[in-house]
Amino acid sequence: MPKFLRSVLWIAVTLLGVLAVVTIAVHRGEPINAMWLVMAALCTYALGYRFYSKFIAARVLTLDSLRATPAERLEDGRDFVPTNKWVVFGHHFAAIAGPGPLVGPVLAAQFGYLPGTLWVLAGAVFAGCVQDFVILLFSVRRDGQSLTKMAKQEIGRVGGFVAYVAVISIIVILLGVAALIVVNALKSSPWGTFTIAMTIPIAFLMGLYLRRLRPGKVLEASVLGFILVMLAIFGGQWASLNPTAARIFTLSAPTLAVLIIIYGFAASALPVWLLLAPRDYLSTFVKLGTIALLALGIIALRPTLHMPALTRFVDGTGPVFAGKIFPFAFITIACGAISGFHALISSGTTPKLICRETETRMIGYGAMMAESMVAIMATIAACVLQPGIYFGINSPAGIVGQAPEVAAATITSWGFPVTAADMHSIAQAVGEQTLYNRTGGAPAFAVGMANIFAHTLGGQTVMAIWYHFAIMFEALFILTILDAGTRVGRFMVQDALGHIWKPLGRTSWYPSILGTSALIVGSWGYFLWQGVKDPLGGINSLWPLFGISNQLLATVALCVATTIIVKMGKQAYAFVTLVPLAWLVSVTFTASYHKVFDPNPRIGFLAHAQQLAVGAATSDNSKLIFNDRLDAVVTGVLIVMVSLILLESALEWIRIMTGRKTADIKEAPFVMTRLTAEEQG
Amino acid sequence: MKSKAQIFAYVTNRAAAAVSVVGTTLSLLRAMLREIFDESAYARFLTRNRLASSPDAYGVFVREQAAAKSRRPRCC
Repeated sequence: MPKFLRSVLWIAVTLLGVLAVVTIAVHRGEPINAMWLVMAALCTYALGYRFYSKFIAARVLTLDSLRATPAERLEDGRDFVPTNKWVVFGHHFAAIAGPGPLVGPVLAAQFGYLPGTLWVLAGAVFAGCVQDFVILLFSVRRDGQSLTKMAKQEIGRVGGFVAYVAVISIIVILLGVAALIVVNALKSSPWGTFTIAMTIPIAFLMGLYLRRLRPGKVLEASVLGFILVMLAIFGGQWASLNPTAARIFTLSAPTLAVLIIIYGFAASALPVWLLLAPRDYLSTFVKLGTIALLALGIIALRPTLHMPALTRFVDGTGPVFAGKIFPFAFITIACGAISGFHALISSGTTPKLICRETETRMIGYGAMMAESMVAIMATIAACVLQPGIYFGINSPAGIVGQAPEVAAATITSWGFPVTAADMHSIAQAVGEQTLYNRTGGAPAFAVGMANIFAHTLGGQTVMAIWYHFAIMFEALFILTILDAGTRVGRFMVQDALGHIWKPLGRTSWYPSILGTSALIVGSWGYFLWQGVKDPLGGINSLWPLFGISNQLLATVALCVATTIIVKMGKQAYAFVTLVPLAWLVSVTFTASYHKVFDPNPRIGFLAHAQQLAVGAATSDNSKLIFNDRLDAVVTGVLIVMVSLILLESALEWIRIMTGRKTADIKEAPFVMTRLTAEEQG
Repeated sequence: MKSKAQIFAYVTNRAAAAVSVVGTTLSLLRAMLREIFDESAYARFLTRNRLASSPDAYGVFVREQAAAKSRRPRCC
């Protein structure tokens, strides 16, 4: 394309993007169409990718297409395999896409659609995509080393230790919160519980199909599993209407929590690959399909957003979670804008598949843009709901009251009209007894998604099927993360304990397997139980804790990235990682301060403990007080970790920039690629 | 003024190019799915170990794969 035409095209994209952002930012009063959000996102990503990522690739990282990657140099047909860039892109996206970008924006929608949307766009382009891109490239240049190893080598022992503790913390807190989301979605829902229970025999069937009938034909088995899961969703309707089945599958939150804890332990300690591997495939299949379906649904329906741009809860009094926009919107959105966890994927499997350095831009930066788009779709799914319905679903009973009429009156008094009849009618439409007090984001997202799907395909009559499809998708997805995460945590603990006493590190020694599994499951199970018993719904306390630990890991990743950039002699360009790092530090420090010391009992753990202490002295109260104090300690430990790694990194930067230390980059030596342009794809 | 033959050739070329783009896209999509769902990894395993696909070979592959996958964190 001629240069002139290219310039005109990019000017048009810029103008369109500005128009879309201005429209969503200044429009007040009448509801706006969701396509404005889609347009703002697409234009922002296009500009960010074309200009900012290209600048980073050319000036900061100086990508070299002639340098052989570890996939080429160390090719072994197993871990290191040169792979087509589009295939790696799909693989990387499937690995980074989790429930975070779906749940976080739904919870943050309590502030209105504007804060979440702006942060998802700006955060992704300037922070999340940059982090994923630079860490991927640095790992490629270090033979596919992991983040923790890079932290240890480039920053120092403290860096490595902090990265290790951050990974363990985030795994434990994430699993606790994820399990709580499933519990809140399935409690008192025979339909949902039946469907999820059926995924266990379905996974076994898939396992047998793969093992005995058609070895290795995973796609076939996944399609078969998907058809069976769809049948299970229809079966769930029968289960909810049949009195005996309904009684069996109607479970309370504590019962579900106990079942999930037992499941997590079994998945970690027993050799149940016949169940877990097929379910993992099924979950990925459903995940990718549903994300694609939601994108098509939004484009086909072009729904109207009923949530205002900003709600009154920007003042910090929100029912979903307490706290002002800054810092809590940024902590809550998490993975849709920046996720420390992505740095683990970018320094895991992906760098071992890349054919040439220049592809890291498309895979690292590009896949995070796709993840960010998922967060925008989640914002749309939440904001198409009438605000009264959204708050009815997401507000805990401790805030709005137990009785439907009282809850509806409370929400209406906030300026979001809803009646008990409205809530009953929507619950009936989706085949549930009630939708009150369904905190955690998943049910609200499922109702929004069902709304979009039902209006696109099938109408109101299939709303209940779509709702339970969405619940199945989220629960299946989260349970897969639970079992995989528990095993990863177990291996990490075993690796660490192996340094103390060798047998503890042996992954085949049963006492060690049982002990470490119990330790990991006990840790996240504790957070889950705490959330289930919390009268404020648990999400209010636990999601911010998860957000803080996730951003802490991103802080570690950005410290590693900045240190390497400084060592490369590119101090002038260190701002590309230093600015997001400074932002994350300000967000995590402020959020942690508020979570520990804020005098408002709905925000500060210590204030809440204090409030309970002056109340009646019951055993329940003393447990809640202990939980609050423990949460405060966990938050404090996380902040000490951030401070340590920041200090060690800053000292390293100063030493190098003042010439007191020679910059010693631990890159693999340059080897000229032998792959032809065609082989590189 | 282009002759009918020239127009026909042009249209045929464009159609062939479009079919080729669709074909490439579909084969990439297939390759992507095969990689995500470990079918490619299984094929590489069979090649590496000079085995034919069988329930036993798949059993060995699954065990090997499970050991590697268990250590990979899953994203949030």
